[in-house]
Amino acid sequence: MPPLARYHIKTGLVYFAAALLLGVLLAAQPVFALPPQIAALRPVFLHLLIVGWVTQLIMGVVYWMFPKESKERPRGSPRLGWAVFLLLNGGLALRVIGEPLLIFQPGPAAGAALAVSAVLQTAAGWGFIANTWARIKER
Amino acid sequence: MPRLSVWMVRAALLHLGTGFTVGGLLLFNKGEPFDTGVWALLQVHVDLLIFGWIMQLAMGVAYWILPRFAQPPKYGRTWLAALAFGLINAGTLISAGGQWAGSSGWTLVGRAAILLAGLCFAVYIFPRVKPMEFVTPPGR
Ligand code: HEM
Ligand code: HEM
Repeated sequence: MPPLARYHIKTGLVYFAAALLLGVLLAAQPVFALPPQIAALRPVFLHLLIVGWVTQLIMGVVYWMFPKESKERPRGSPRLGWAVFLLLNGGLALRVIGEPLLIFQPGPAAGAALAVSAVLQTAAGWGFIANTWARIKER
Repeated sequence: MPRLSVWMVRAALLHLGTGFTVGGLLLFNKGEPFDTGVWALLQVHVDLLIFGWIMQLAMGVAYWILPRFAQPPKYGRTWLAALAFGLINAGTLISAGGQWAGSSGWTLVGRAAILLAGLCFAVYIFPRVKPMEFVTPPGR
């Protein structure tokens, strides 16, 4: 298993644990009358789970196991692969910081964090597609 | 990778790219609001990514990797899987477009097509969830 795949999967596991933790916090909010703003963290919970864990696990396994592009470039561009890893995780981390900031301390910092996060994650998505496309082939 | 898997995985990637782009618009607009109309894309985002990306990717990989049959046709009733491919893509686009346009009728048509896609694929793949079969080559 190449290092990039291991990084994707292990980082995904960290997000998975973080998501489940946040899931408990969301469930605890009404029970213990915690601040109602916590309920607004539901999108963070969902995206930690589905972008941080499910999609990232897919990216790691695809990079590792999909058919080889060619002898010279078995896994596409490793450099683009690492860029995707950094863009996705940087973008998601910024969202995890920016969403609570927007709720508890709205201001230019929160807005900018979400806007930059949006650009990074979108770039990660298209970068992954570009690096994977030629590996999807008949044989 | 068989041809139908190529189609499913590539279509799934296009849904991923579009869905992430729509998510990016939503998130950008949440941080730096530029147009309240962007929120109308929320259900488009969800449908593209849940049905078009995750569900279709799983179908494409399952079609590729699960054990085939020892006797031809090795891939079984492929027409059912091909039908599922058409239905899931049409259904996702119709359901997403229906919700964007605020048409509950089209949304229902799209979701019904997605349901049929799921059923066709489940019926198709059911017998392929089994141990690997080995054929003894003739002459042994
Ligand atoms: C046995 C399997 C599952 C059950 C019983 C289940 C059940 C549910 C329920 C009851 C909800 C709440 C709906 C609401 O609050 O309106 C929900 C929401 C959701 N589920 Fe599942 N689910 C299952 C599997 C999955 C899987 C495998 C995924 C993703 C890969 C998933 C993704 C989601 C998402 C993203 C939502 C939020 C939907 C939204 O807010 O629009 N679920 N699920
Ligand atoms: C596989 C990938 C993804 C899936 C399955 C997914 C799914 C969802 C779901 C189910 C919701 C509804 C949440 C709710 O009802 O509380 C949602 C909302 C949203 N998603 Fe995603 N999403 C994905 C990726 C992304 C990405 C990459 C971005 C940003 C670049 C994004 C941005 C958003 C935003 C801004 C919202 C609205 C949050 C709000 O209500 O404030 N999503 N998504």
